[in-house]
Amino acid sequence: MSSKRKKKGLLDQRFLKQAMVQSFVKLNPVKMVKNPVMFTVEAGTMVMLIVSIFTLINPHGAQGGFYYNFTITFVLLLTLLFANFAEAIAEARGKAQAESLRKTRHDTPANRLLPDGRVEKVSSAILKKGDLFLVAAGEVVPADGEIVEGMASIDESAITGESAPVIRESGGDKSGVTGGTTVLSDSIKVQVTTLPGESFLDKMIALVEGASRQKTPNEIALTILLAGFTLIFIIVCVTLKDYANTLITIASMVSLFVCLIPTTIGGLLSAIGIAGMDRALRANVISKSGKAVETAGDIDVLLLDKTGTITIGNRKATNFYPADSVDILHLIDCSTLASFADQTPEGKSIVELSATRKDIQSLFTAQGKFIKFTAETRSSGIDLADGRKIRKGAYDSIRKMTESCGNKFPAETGLKVKEISENGGTPLVVSENNNVLGVIELQDIIKPGIQERFERLRRMGVKTVMVTGDNPLTAKYIAAKAGVDDFIAEATPEDKLNYIRKEQASGKLVAMMGDGTNDAPALAQADVGVAMNSGTQAAKEAGNMVDLDNDPTKLIEIVEIGKQLLITRGTLTTFSIANDVAKYFAIVPALFITSIPALQSLNIMQLHSPESAILSAVIFNALIIPMLIPLALRGVKYRPIGAGALLRRNLLIYGFGGIIAPFIGIKLIDLIIRFII
Amino acid sequence: MSGVTGTLVIFLLPFLAAIPFGMYISKVYKGERTWLDFLRPLENLIFRISGIDPEKEMTWKQHLAALLTINAVWLVYAFGMLITQTIHFWNPDHNPSMSLHLAFNTAVSFVVNCNLQDYSGETGASYLSQTAVFTFLQFVSAATGMAAAVVIFNAFREKTTDKLGNFFNYFLKSITRILLPVAIIIAVVLVFKGIPQTFRGNETVKTLQGNIMQVSRGPAASMIAIKHLGTNGGGFFGANSAHPFENPDYFTNILEMFAQMLIPFAMVFALGFYIKRKKLSRIIFIIMTLGFLCLVVPTIAFEMKDNPVFTHLGIDQHAGNMEGKEVRFGAAATAFWSIATTVISTGSVNGMHDSFTPLSGMMQMFAMMINAFYGGCGVGILNYFIFIIIAAFISGLMVGRTPEFLGRKIETREMKLAVLVALLGPFFILAGTAIAAYLFRIDPAGKSAWLNNPSFHGFSEMLYQYTSSFANNGSGFEGLGDNTPFWNITTGFVMLIGRFIPIIAPVVLAGYMAQKKVIPPSAGTLRTDSMTFGVMTLAVIIVVAALDYLPALALGPIAEFLSFR
Repeated sequence: MSSKRKKKGLLDQRFLKQAMVQSFVKLNPVKMVKNPVMFTVEAGTMVMLIVSIFTLINPHGAQGGFYYNFTITFVLLLTLLFANFAEAIAEARGKAQAESLRKTRHDTPANRLLPDGRVEKVSSAILKKGDLFLVAAGEVVPADGEIVEGMASIDESAITGESAPVIRESGGDKSGVTGGTTVLSDSIKVQVTTLPGESFLDKMIALVEGASRQKTPNEIALTILLAGFTLIFIIVCVTLKDYANTLITIASMVSLFVCLIPTTIGGLLSAIGIAGMDRALRANVISKSGKAVETAGDIDVLLLDKTGTITIGNRKATNFYPADSVDILHLIDCSTLASFADQTPEGKSIVELSATRKDIQSLFTAQGKFIKFTAETRSSGIDLADGRKIRKGAYDSIRKMTESCGNKFPAETGLKVKEISENGGTPLVVSENNNVLGVIELQDIIKPGIQERFERLRRMGVKTVMVTGDNPLTAKYIAAKAGVDDFIAEATPEDKLNYIRKEQASGKLVAMMGDGTNDAPALAQADVGVAMNSGTQAAKEAGNMVDLDNDPTKLIEIVEIGKQLLITRGTLTTFSIANDVAKYFAIVPALFITSIPALQSLNIMQLHSPESAILSAVIFNALIIPMLIPLALRGVKYRPIGAGALLRRNLLIYGFGGIIAPFIGIKLIDLIIRFII
Repeated sequence: MSGVTGTLVIFLLPFLAAIPFGMYISKVYKGERTWLDFLRPLENLIFRISGIDPEKEMTWKQHLAALLTINAVWLVYAFGMLITQTIHFWNPDHNPSMSLHLAFNTAVSFVVNCNLQDYSGETGASYLSQTAVFTFLQFVSAATGMAAAVVIFNAFREKTTDKLGNFFNYFLKSITRILLPVAIIIAVVLVFKGIPQTFRGNETVKTLQGNIMQVSRGPAASMIAIKHLGTNGGGFFGANSAHPFENPDYFTNILEMFAQMLIPFAMVFALGFYIKRKKLSRIIFIIMTLGFLCLVVPTIAFEMKDNPVFTHLGIDQHAGNMEGKEVRFGAAATAFWSIATTVISTGSVNGMHDSFTPLSGMMQMFAMMINAFYGGCGVGILNYFIFIIIAAFISGLMVGRTPEFLGRKIETREMKLAVLVALLGPFFILAGTAIAAYLFRIDPAGKSAWLNNPSFHGFSEMLYQYTSSFANNGSGFEGLGDNTPFWNITTGFVMLIGRFIPIIAPVVLAGYMAQKKVIPPSAGTLRTDSMTFGVMTLAVIIVVAALDYLPALALGPIAEFLSFR
């Protein structure tokens, strides 16, 4: 699915300029106030600006020299710009991703069908919801819609990156077409279902634009925690002023404050959120809200359709078992003849299997009348010109047929039929002139590698449930073979809905993928409902995500993206707070060293002077933001190693590392700037 | 027995008793059969007279309404009693009434289980106040904390509910089934060890030198038992458990230590028995003990070494830093007590914290700033609960799942409450100290002449006073002249806020969480009863407290320590 996912550098040249401009635009306090941590930094910067101007006028005052104050002001401003830059670059990347999808749908000519039957050529931009339009082979579909008449093969590579054409037809579950895709054959009549500007893509674009992005509940709770820390450090810094008989300059006070408040996570928080949406978009998933992506990370139960997800397409013939008195080659010949005109995947697979067993060229010349499958006979076959009547079909229908003619059903074939069913296969019994020849075994082919994916889900704590129309016996066999935890056999849409409700009642979060209109209630009921882009409009409306690739295993990726989002926030919060320990050791001795020389022992980093110590801490605090932008955009990797192990790992790297890193960083900066100031 | 072995015994005795006692506490609150069931008719009589149906379950709002109402009544009652001591019967020494600000401070102090005591018992309180006000409040304030803890326990039973038991039922049973029986036993033992229990006034004694001396006494044993058992800490005499009539020998020292550690230890285990999560209790206890050891081990080490100031003076210090300590307890046991009493919020002292070496003083303050290692009667677990919520939130994010505790999600509302509690401590402790330091600086000899030791130590005294008030601990760095309107009124309010917000917020928080759907655990769920999560909680507690208070501590005890060297 990732054939079109281009490998872009995290900091693409195209975005840099745009993001730099935005870094300044975002300094607007009205916008800044949404982020309490960075807003207080901005307030501190303003205070320092005033102090700097004051020291310029009164250079011998108690507040220190102009250059020192101005440098602090400048570094604080840099801190703000870095934070804004992080958000801007995430936005730019997200927008570019969305735009490249959106571009495909602009100004496509559309053949609008007027009520009187005439066709007029208009721009796709003026199409309205409910309008009908025609698309012929070679044309681009101008808007999202549903096929009301006809059937066509469509190249969806512009949206999905998948080059193999897909079939879309009216009336079924595969009636949805997406703007920007190309019709390869035939002609279809389509009704517009989505207004331009209301499409999922537009919703997604809004999610990667910082301004209109709604914070998710987890993000709000984290913002409260960060605001709490900010308030605590305001108290710590303000009260410090009165504790000792020392004059603390405004520059030192503001520096201490800015260093202590969690600027690292505060500055990167919205970039992390936007980058998460962007990652979802890169996985070709359009989410209607940021919350849905985060909820995906919490999923406990995952409902998957068997066909196409767990097994490759449909059943395939895997073996021929002749009755005792029948030669296997004869069985193969008859099976092939009975399947020539059968265009179902099962029929084709029988011919394919025969071709591997013997030369079937000679059979191509056979003449006869094809007997179609009906629900009544539950068999199909061929009446050959030479008078032979060959049938293949379900065990009980062929049995009835043969026994009604007075022929005996061979016991060994009966046993074989039972054996095949028990092994999860489907038996097809073949008869010639109402004499049983043997049985063909059809098996579901489990997708290679699917067991590993389910194992990965299990380690994430996600229970997988297979949904199938098969009988319970077959379903159980396939479920065991594929390694899913549970299955719903002979599933009706109500069964799915009830299963979801039952799991939800026990407190679990359920995700499912679906494409049909009859899936819509279940998609709406599920906490995360992913509709296939090929699915009906009803399904897409009911779900909260749309997968452009129509890949049923995409949910695994979505779950990881959701988890990654939370992990990135959590680890950077831990890192940010852990950093404060070192900053205290830099700044507290610097503040009081003149009045309390004994505190020199706390200067364990042996920083050069009070000024260099404070500057080093502020510079470290500013530089750590751009250094962590790549991590914020990429996200901290999720590893399905169990929650406890993951916590230990992340605590070691970001907690313990967060305590150590600034000691080294601040010392290094001090070694450099001691020669400058 | 002395030194380090003695402290081990002091720790192990309550620990061994705490597990069965925790099981007993759990049974009491669950209403299961216990050997004190013969008290049921008495309890039912009290319920009938009060018009209370103990079976009627309450929502968190009703719990808080009940809790705050009875506390308000006690506050008014105590204040009224303390300003009218001159008309009290049982006042043989004719002790005067308290001033309005002192009465306010004292009434608040005992209602909130703090027992700060800006008065001295010998000269400042009638026997009626000592018994009907102080001893009474020591029972009910402890029971209030325990009942609030049970409300939290109820929130984490298996089912989603808004019914969290009956407050009055828990409150009354805390007294009749837990506090009163144990306190009676302890008091009787203390009487046999020579602690006074009499309503007669001062004894006039002629000393060997021929001087006439007034020796204070009174109904002390009954108060000393509950002062420790209920983690109150308010002594009958001014010198608290350093006074020979409160704590005559090493044995009573062990017993009093046992009494104050018993319920805080046992409540942790009671949680596990009550909500059927014994492993969670075990982990919490281990973490609390680790935290306690981090504080107590260095303190014992500091106090058993010599004090550099005396070394310079050439004084023999083979017994350790004995200034302000009682010879009958020794340096190790006194150091142990000082940390136990500060982590547990008792605040009784058997030596003068003011005279400890500077870093030991810091450990005592840090213990109160954290206030969640074991903690006060019932409330310790509430404080720890807030840290659990913050730790669970951060670690939930770090493992990629919406944060949850025991299957209940931690969302915006819960975070607001947890952050509110986390904010309050630094705000009131640091701001109070800043105001006091500012006032002292502008008028050190006049209105703000409350420091005998200016400089770092004086700063520590002020910091200690607000820390002790907010933590509802009640111990003091006694150098501070704190019976002034400024100190009485400000610490009075700090005590009220430091008591009730950290009770209200966790109860509301638990009330919210009880109503949430319970998510069954999966492989992706972070187990909160794992050592990993326990260590995470400890890290959050220590890092947050260090970040909050390091600058203040640097200017007080750390600066004092560094300037000693």
